[in-house]
Amino acid sequence: MCAAGDWTARFAPALERIVSDAEKLRGSRPHIFIDVSQVASLDTFGAWLIERLRRSLSDASAEAKIAGLSANYSSLVDEVSRVGAAPKADNDTLSITAMLEQIGRVVVGIGGTVVSLVDMLGAVLAASGKVLIRPRSFRLTSTVHHLEQVCWRAVPIVVLITFLIGCIISQQGIFHFRRFGADIFVVDMLGVLVLREIGVLLVAIMVAGRSGSAYTAELGSMKMREEIDALRTMGFDPIEVLVLPRMLALVLALPILAFLGAMAALYGGGLVAWLYGGVDPEAFLLRLRDAISIDHFIVGLVKAPVMAAVIGIVACVEGLAVQGSAESLGQHTTSSVVKGIFFVIVMDGVFAIFFASIGM
Amino acid sequence: MAEQEAIIRVRDVTVQFGKTRVLDALSLDVKRGEILGFVGPSGAGKSVLTRTIIGLVPKVAGRIEVFGIDLDAANSAQRRAVERRWGVLFQQGALFSSLTVRQNIQFPVREYLRISQRLLDEIVAAKLAMVGLKPEVADRYPSELSGGMIKRVALARALALDPELVFLDEPTSGLDPIGAGDFDELVRTLQRTLGLTVFMVTHDLDSLYTACDRVAVLGNGKIIAAGSIADMKASQHPWLQQYFNGKRARAVVA
Repeated sequence: MCAAGDWTARFAPALERIVSDAEKLRGSRPHIFIDVSQVASLDTFGAWLIERLRRSLSDASAEAKIAGLSANYSSLVDEVSRVGAAPKADNDTLSITAMLEQIGRVVVGIGGTVVSLVDMLGAVLAASGKVLIRPRSFRLTSTVHHLEQVCWRAVPIVVLITFLIGCIISQQGIFHFRRFGADIFVVDMLGVLVLREIGVLLVAIMVAGRSGSAYTAELGSMKMREEIDALRTMGFDPIEVLVLPRMLALVLALPILAFLGAMAALYGGGLVAWLYGGVDPEAFLLRLRDAISIDHFIVGLVKAPVMAAVIGIVACVEGLAVQGSAESLGQHTTSSVVKGIFFVIVMDGVFAIFFASIGM
Repeated sequence: MAEQEAIIRVRDVTVQFGKTRVLDALSLDVKRGEILGFVGPSGAGKSVLTRTIIGLVPKVAGRIEVFGIDLDAANSAQRRAVERRWGVLFQQGALFSSLTVRQNIQFPVREYLRISQRLLDEIVAAKLAMVGLKPEVADRYPSELSGGMIKRVALARALALDPELVFLDEPTSGLDPIGAGDFDELVRTLQRTLGLTVFMVTHDLDSLYTACDRVAVLGNGKIIAAGSIADMKASQHPWLQQYFNGKRARAVVA
């Protein structure tokens, strides 16, 4: 048997076919020599294919040999001949059991999520307790920095979006109420909806998308680069140093943003009522004063810090759960936003039941 | 050495970050089949030059030819052809964190060659054996590997397509002395068997002594000196004096 020409990576697909044809000769002759003196160039691909051919042509009685090896390539062939059998790649099998296993894992995962959220809540409360006892360990600079990131820098987008939503609610209200000649009631709807529900809910969802994801990505990449372990070895509590300032910033920011958002939505709604519905500003304000009470406003704002805490806890839990890979960072950032928004809406429902039962 | 063809030809290359000039009209040749050790004080711009040659850092002026092709003038097909012929070992390994070791090594091979899964797996086993790792490592993720293993896997990936030219950015840093010695030996073996050209940024004096054919020294954005170890030791340049005749250098020679 004689090998010739270039045995390099470029020709590997063709060489592989030649080698598998040649492998069929197995056992046909007692002594096989593979003559490689005609080989023009050789690299690991070629050397391995020749070695593979040699192995498959060898059997218990006789071993195939490689002949005519030039000095340049002998060390490469030696190197390759020491390679053991390739480990099998374990393929995922698709089966009923695998699917059931997957469902089971998801259910256990949900339980784990709840436990880790409660765990984080406890850790944050414990850290705040420690800070209250030793106020000097409070990280003011960090808190102010995060406050700037999540509050001040979020103002333009929050105001813009709530303004537009206010406009849309008002326009839709006028459009439909006009049929009953009840245009003016759009003010009631706008006031109650914006102050009680939409203002805070919309802002909380935006904050979960904007700041929750940022927290998860920050903490996650710190975890990946062992920065959090470094903090721990220096005797710092990562919850106190990283999580607490972020949580506090968020809890302070969300009521402010919710208030600004509600005002922007009322302004937008009023503007549309005036320009599109012909309700002049004076009538709008008069009607608004009758339609809403301070209760609506309080109901809206009471929810804000609680939602902020939920978003912050979810984001920090996800951030600290990131494993070593970029893929894991992406997964946890996604689930931070998804879970954050889910819990915000659940909380909103719980609050609705609560306020209804106390008659607010 | 004039008869040997230069595989990398760097001419008057200037690289600037903002106001700081990192490389100042630097010229350097790397000849086919040699192992060039590239040394210099920390922060002198060794990695910057490597990254400039590979095309990751833009240069202000100058000309770089690899395999005789001017990379600025090359179209994308030519560039890809050049990239297929070189392998790069990054300082931190730069393994894809969401892929296993096996997938990391197979990644470039899959892109360029249509070969069976069986051969792909065998190639992975061969490459892992060549860099001194056990085949069991194949199904681990980079985050489950030690620093030295990451280096080895990264080398295996850089060598996956049997390139003619490899860039090694501090290949032996973070390896134990025996591992580093094996690594040097491995680079030597590969260079002999595959006719590999190696551009190695290093701080390891052992590597310079045992693996490198030629040494180039970077300082103040230029090549201060290039030549054999003996030339370096004979040089009167104060930094070279300190580097090659210092306490640690004597320990290596002894």
